[in-house]
Amino acid sequence: MKTVRIGSGAGYGGDRIEPAIDLMKHGNLDYIIFECLAERTISIAQKRKQEDPALGYNDLFEYRFDKILDALQTNRVKVITNMGAANPKSAAELCGRMATEKGLKNLKIAYVEGDDISRRLEDYMDFQVLETGKTLRDIQGEVLSANGYIGCRGIVEALEHGADIVITGRVADPSLSLGPLMHEFGWSWDDYDKMGKGTWVGHLLECAGQVTGGYFADPGYKDVPDLWNLGFPIIEVDETGNGIVTKLSASGGLVSVETVQEQTLYEIQDPENYFTPDVIADFGHVRIRQQEKDVVKISDATGKAPTGYYKTSVGYHDCYIGEGQISYGGTNALKKAELAKEILEKRFEIIGLRCEEIRFDYIGMNSLYGDDISSQISSHIPTEVRLRVAARVKTLSEAQMVGDEVEALYTNGPSGGGGAVKSIKDIISIASVFIPSEDFEISVGYKEV
Amino acid sequence: MRLKEIAHSRTGDKGNISIISVIAYREEDYEFLKKNITSERLKEYFKDIVHGKITRYEIETICALNFVMEDALGGGVTRSLALDMHGKTLGSALLEMEV
Repeated sequence: MKTVRIGSGAGYGGDRIEPAIDLMKHGNLDYIIFECLAERTISIAQKRKQEDPALGYNDLFEYRFDKILDALQTNRVKVITNMGAANPKSAAELCGRMATEKGLKNLKIAYVEGDDISRRLEDYMDFQVLETGKTLRDIQGEVLSANGYIGCRGIVEALEHGADIVITGRVADPSLSLGPLMHEFGWSWDDYDKMGKGTWVGHLLECAGQVTGGYFADPGYKDVPDLWNLGFPIIEVDETGNGIVTKLSASGGLVSVETVQEQTLYEIQDPENYFTPDVIADFGHVRIRQQEKDVVKISDATGKAPTGYYKTSVGYHDCYIGEGQISYGGTNALKKAELAKEILEKRFEIIGLRCEEIRFDYIGMNSLYGDDISSQISSHIPTEVRLRVAARVKTLSEAQMVGDEVEALYTNGPSGGGGAVKSIKDIISIASVFIPSEDFEISVGYKEV
Repeated sequence: MRLKEIAHSRTGDKGNISIISVIAYREEDYEFLKKNITSERLKEYFKDIVHGKITRYEIETICALNFVMEDALGGGVTRSLALDMHGKTLGSALLEMEV
């Protein structure tokens, strides 16, 4: 039976590159995918493109492709990535120039466009926003971007035209893997069972190391060998859509029933209805079995027809968050931190800080779970406490005040305050709307070297 | 006993929703999980953190429960004031629950 081996080279924009290159060299792969585009990243990329029309692709594109292209000199693995972000065409051109400089030949680079629907946004102003329940028109801040999660059709088209590298913008993460499977096995577009299976494969691969022992270790309960050398996953899929999850034996990490179980449900709401632009996948009756060490058999995902709408992320400038932190030590640490909090509250009142919401935490005591759960877990009083304050405000200058007031505690606050830090975050938020899929015009362009 | 003795867990996020799986290490403990780790139980445990509905899904073939907790991330990952804005550490709290 024909099989296809897909590796995962990145689980997020800033992921390690070495495990990806190891996979390309030693994984006997047919394809490698790089998922590098978080929900808000594309808004920032769009802003960059407006400033310079040649930019707007992933920040690490050059860094990554320098190493990827070197690996392609000896191992011809097809590469699929959403690193094109807001500008797949420019990214493909850059990739072409880099390949030429390296002396690579017979390389066809495809770029998929059509996810950017910002020019038509006016048409959707009355659509309801998932996060707020209000309409798009009600968004207060400046709108920066609008990109639909398109499916795998553009990728399949590119591969059918012989592409060696496919660069996309916003594409649903599992579609990066479903695309090559549709192409290789010639599954039909209404074979939702196979597409559901392929979507599970894509879902397991999209976070790279999270299925091979990353985000898993809990010493004494779930131990993972050599996380410093965590290997990224390979899934070998057969034409029925079932397959095995594995990794390079020389790498660290592990592939077990537990790692695959956890990643299967990761960020999935109703397991029987996982919505993607290609299919509604159903992971509700999946089977996961250990075949041998670091080899796990996966089967029995399925699926049904997609909704006909693409989830579309509208990025907008929302607010600023100002933050400050300072530490206190000794058996009186908590009392000192409490005094510091009291001082800050008075100071914010005096300087007239207007905030939409403010939050104080004692790091080491209650910053993760609040007082109730924290006290249920342990009654231990720590000998160091770090006071943290964060406030959501409308203006940059107000955000600045938050950290400045924390810093001023050095000389104006309780004794022995140390390690003060301050930060300001410019917050881009996402409003999600569902736009009919036929409104998106997907196109594929090519660059050959 | 604490839940971590019989189950493992992974936490993820979608906007203002926190999603926590609870998976039995051993098949024979799954019935106990289904009986004891209910949405109502989580609603009480996370009362200071989760302000919305909690829905539980059961995945029999892998002995797992999946909890979808709405209005759980301080207004959503992007604008939350929490140190852990994704709520990634919430599963660890759940595993500390006495059962």
